[in-house]
Amino acid sequence: MNAFTTRPQLAIEVEQLRFAYRKGPAVLEVPYWSLPVGEQVFLRGRSGSGKSTLLNLLAGILVTKSGSQKVLGQSLGELSERKRDRFRAKHIGVVFQRFNLIPYLSVEDNIRVATHFAGFRGDFRGRVRELLGGLCLGEEVLPKKVVHLSVGQQQRVAIVRALINEPELLLVDEPTSALDPEARDAFVQLLMNACEQKKCTLVFVSHDSSLERHFPLVADMREINIAWKLRPDWDTAPEALADVY
Amino acid sequence: MFIKLAWHSLMQRKGSVSLAVLSVAVSLILVLGIEQLRSHTKSSFGRTVSGVDLIVGAPTGQLNLLLYSIFHIGNASNRISWESYQEFAKLTQVNWAIPLSLGDSHQGYRVVGTSTGFLDHYRYRNKRPLELSSGQNFVDAFSVILGAEVARELDYQLDDSLTLAHGLVGTHFTEHDENSFVVRGILKPTGTPVDRVLYVSLAGLEAVHGADVEHDDLVPDNITAFLLGLNSPMATFQVQRKINEYSKEPLLAILPGIALSELWQILGGIEKILFFVSAMVVLAALLGLCILLLSTMRERRSEIALLRTIGSGPLFLFLLIQAEALLVLLLGAVIAVAGLILGVWLVEPLLADQFGVYLDGFSMGEHTIMLLGAVLVSTLIVAAIPAISACRQGLRDSHWVG
Repeated sequence: MNAFTTRPQLAIEVEQLRFAYRKGPAVLEVPYWSLPVGEQVFLRGRSGSGKSTLLNLLAGILVTKSGSQKVLGQSLGELSERKRDRFRAKHIGVVFQRFNLIPYLSVEDNIRVATHFAGFRGDFRGRVRELLGGLCLGEEVLPKKVVHLSVGQQQRVAIVRALINEPELLLVDEPTSALDPEARDAFVQLLMNACEQKKCTLVFVSHDSSLERHFPLVADMREINIAWKLRPDWDTAPEALADVY
Repeated sequence: MFIKLAWHSLMQRKGSVSLAVLSVAVSLILVLGIEQLRSHTKSSFGRTVSGVDLIVGAPTGQLNLLLYSIFHIGNASNRISWESYQEFAKLTQVNWAIPLSLGDSHQGYRVVGTSTGFLDHYRYRNKRPLELSSGQNFVDAFSVILGAEVARELDYQLDDSLTLAHGLVGTHFTEHDENSFVVRGILKPTGTPVDRVLYVSLAGLEAVHGADVEHDDLVPDNITAFLLGLNSPMATFQVQRKINEYSKEPLLAILPGIALSELWQILGGIEKILFFVSAMVVLAALLGLCILLLSTMRERRSEIALLRTIGSGPLFLFLLIQAEALLVLLLGAVIAVAGLILGVWLVEPLLADQFGVYLDGFSMGEHTIMLLGAVLVSTLIVAAIPAISACRQGLRDSHWVG
């Protein structure tokens, strides 16, 4: 991927990005948003704020013809679908709110699946051990079935899965919503340490403002996405807005 | 990785998957079992008689004559005179002639009266001659030669003596006690009805039926049928016509090959119907598998979305579902083949007993392999429906919805 020989300064750069499902109204309208390499940003946004669409676009699961959709220096819209899947496997790690792991596989196999798609070659064991250690997990979780882990353990395994291919960008969506309040801060701290160690750019999406203080950078979906302002009735129908935010 | 995923995914749904495996297995047992029966029947019947140019008996259907004279199924309606036999046996075109006299039994096995020529000239399976595993051909009127199975099942050795019953069933008919026969020879197994017959000389049979051994010449008045081997096959139709137009007695001469093909024509229709029905059953089982896979797609939404986000392409999802279907087929096929091997082994004696069909155990014939190939292709086609659905779902859904 020639994009990396020139070391991009910006991990994310979107411009005039517009997206609508089918023939519906635009759900996302981003004039410009960028994130420098190595930054860790807290992205505040509730469901309906367009964050899912934005994440889909950043991960290359969705593409749009209108506007530029550059991730790690690569215009995702220019890649074929096959190459985009490969690009995502290799360079982008993802952690969701839940269902991060395939329930019928062991922890180890879940991590291996991710390396399979990225065409990973190297010291699998060593890397797993290092990541597990950083997330306060012992190697004894590896042969366990996913369903036998606690939710907190599952979310930490998800980080291992997401970081195993040493991606340059990590997209995390409400990873703490299923955790106890006390466990949240610890989880976020572990996540940030792991990212720092791997020099990985982090986008952390959550509606839980109490977590903001861990992050050097905070952004708000309402500022990034102006689609709601383009609705003809946005100032006359406050109840519709209440739905959105 | 790929097979592992498919395997664990199936194991996740052990209950419904094992039912699908079972229904595939049952349908395959049906279709492969019918195929086994068909091919074995054909080869078993085809190899029973070889090198016989004409079979002659009292007028009846040619199939009937073939069945009672060679397969010992059913009974002759009429007998033919010994003079007719002698007349045709002496023809210049005739190389050898074997008289057959049926109608007696011994402990449920048929007794056939014949001449020494039977052992010398009868051929089965590509002109293979009959061989004795011990003993010799008839030495006197009271010699009996046993088929391999008769000797094995009734536990007779050389020089054992036995008595014959008139009629075909069991022991409650009058037994011919006064004349006991001595086992003089035991045949090697042939895999044909010969194995299940006791062969005695015509003279011995006459004695059993009341002729006086001391004073009579022990020549029979009549026999059931006779087999002819000709010097040249070119003469077959000429001799056949001569026999069929015989003026002293109505006779029927048939060519074993033609009678056999008539048999196939009758069986062919049944065979086609059976095949069609079993093919439909296989299709139903495969559709059941397709429904199973399709119905799991909903609960697998998040799994598929997850695979997509960690980098799997739609092709991977497509192949994953196909692999799951193939694993089910593979398991079903293994169970079916194992079941058939066992089943064939179990029904073999029964079929030989009732229908004179000899199975040689389960065999992987060309046809069976072709059938399995066809089932494989059908599975791929049917499984394409859920596989394509998985693909499309993968493209449509992602974890971030809304």
